[in-house]
Amino acid sequence: MHIKNPKDFKAGLLFILFGVAASVFARGYSLGTAAKMGPGYFPLFLGLMLTALGLIISLKSLSKRRETTKKELIRFRPVVFVLSSIVLFGLLLYPLGMIFSTLLLVTISSMASDEFNMKVALWNAIVLTLVILIIFVYFLQFQIPVFPAFLRGRV
Amino acid sequence: MDLISNLALGFQTAISPQNLLYCFLGTLIGTLIGVLPGIGPVQTIAILLPTTFALPPVSALIMLAGIYYGAQYGGSTTSILVNVPGEASSVVTCLDGYQMALQGRAGAALTIAALGSFAAGCFATFLIAVLATPLSELAFKFGPAEYFSLMVFGLIGSIVFASGSPIKAIGMIILGLLFGVVGTDITSGTQRFSFGIPELADGIGFVPLAMGLFGISQIINSLEQKEKREILKMKIFGFWLKKKDLKEAAPAVARGTLTGSFLGILPGGGAILSSFISYMLEKKISRDPESFGKGNICGVASPESANNAGAQTSFIPLLTLGIPSNVVMAMMAGAMMIHGIQPGPRVISSNPDLFWGVITSMWIGNLMLVILNLPLIGIWVKLLTVPYRVLYPAILLFCCIGIYSVNNNVFDIWLTAILGFLGYVFIKLECEPAPLILGFVLGPLMEENLRRAMLLSRGDPSIFFTRPLSLLFLIMAFILLVVIAVPAIRKKREEAFRDEG
Repeated sequence: MHIKNPKDFKAGLLFILFGVAASVFARGYSLGTAAKMGPGYFPLFLGLMLTALGLIISLKSLSKRRETTKKELIRFRPVVFVLSSIVLFGLLLYPLGMIFSTLLLVTISSMASDEFNMKVALWNAIVLTLVILIIFVYFLQFQIPVFPAFLRGRV
Repeated sequence: MDLISNLALGFQTAISPQNLLYCFLGTLIGTLIGVLPGIGPVQTIAILLPTTFALPPVSALIMLAGIYYGAQYGGSTTSILVNVPGEASSVVTCLDGYQMALQGRAGAALTIAALGSFAAGCFATFLIAVLATPLSELAFKFGPAEYFSLMVFGLIGSIVFASGSPIKAIGMIILGLLFGVVGTDITSGTQRFSFGIPELADGIGFVPLAMGLFGISQIINSLEQKEKREILKMKIFGFWLKKKDLKEAAPAVARGTLTGSFLGILPGGGAILSSFISYMLEKKISRDPESFGKGNICGVASPESANNAGAQTSFIPLLTLGIPSNVVMAMMAGAMMIHGIQPGPRVISSNPDLFWGVITSMWIGNLMLVILNLPLIGIWVKLLTVPYRVLYPAILLFCCIGIYSVNNNVFDIWLTAILGFLGYVFIKLECEPAPLILGFVLGPLMEENLRRAMLLSRGDPSIFFTRPLSLLFLIMAFILLVVIAVPAIRKKREEAFRDEG
């Protein structure tokens, strides 16, 4: 089988996946009647519609010619470094405090770029940490743990 | 007269020192991000939403609105000077603006862009003031059936005027509606799709969703592309327009303003659509269509006026009917809800100072932009030299700190990472995330109105077809769907969006 438009095919599959999952879970909530809709009614309706749309998109992609000819470009470096730096920031914010997690976030996320330069990244990290301290902590008074947990004492 | 006393109330609110400051900040930030390619008003508003929590709602909305129309100004600057559209809405400005710059008329192009935008902004502000009260009174007559059908119409409309595959856009809307369902059901108290995660009991947060889909995923996508930016070393001179330029451009400004004002009100309308359509229109009615793309001043004046007018009039459906017509308006709706204000016809009567304050601030903001933009152009152009590798870690950082501060929990940061990845997948599959956000904002409202309508009709769905206004909205939605399906129109639509890339 040859898929003419792989992007549409995958998009269709993604919709089917979400649609089926939504319908299955919505079946677990009470449906009610058309006049007195339960919590499951609207989501089930949406889930089924999404599944149907997904099927149409996938089926159409088998035959239809590609309309766009954008060059495919998937690289792992940006995705991995950007996402992991965010997750890490979430993990370290409480134990390490804002200062250290900010330094790490900026340095690690900088590695996502092709033009990564350790010196630039570190300077950027230091400057941004100061900016956050001044704007968010000092002026806007955000409630955020600044120092590592062992220095903050008991919370 | 009501109009005058309302506007007076608005000015009173908008001119307080605090609100003036936030108006200034908003337009300044808007111009800044308008100048920088790769970061637009949608991302910026998403990123700055949390920082507005501490502000009173009026100041917050004034600032956020300033970012939107300020970005239209900033975007034109880089289009003209370096042929890099700072915003999608300034793409067409590149065509003639950059050519004018090459001919040594950069100053004239910038001046007409700023003056045209200002004129458009004034007219749009006036239009909002005139239309708002009658429209919101009309909205009070709507029952649940009318509201449901209006939302269907609005959502379908947003597809027609957006780029990309319409059928996938419908899928994204439904997905957005489903995302909106997550959390506690108001009527029964049932937890839906929260999978036992306590942080999901209140639903998926608007801020993580907006930041994930527009902020994080865009950053990843830009990093995949190679960085390329050429800076033109050019002396900008001759700000003053020649009489001939002014005579040519003034009618174009008027036409652009009218086109933009009208298109901004339509569902799916806004700055981007307005600039494209007005450029096409200008070319069509010109006596010398050949000169377009070679530095015709009308090709700058009209779309630049149109995008500003469209940016502002797109507030009308949001503030009077409660229906956001494009992504930025969905962001504004999110901002209002975070501040405990339900966008809709009640805003005018229950928060008149907010409503009129925001509207008059637009006029003041436009004035500030003219003063701000022309003398500071040198600084804006310098900003273009800030490399992306320094910029994006800063954006990521502001995102993370902002998300955390919404609920003071780290779960939202992880949720943003997940949604950012999902947004990245959407980009790769050429699924526009904008309809998803619209669906997400309207989801809970749609469900509630559907339930109420069906309760009133005792389960008979014909209520949507027997009430005249409701039927009208559904017929219009149907016509729009047919319009997308007709091959000839579809081709034209794709052509119009091709340059947008």
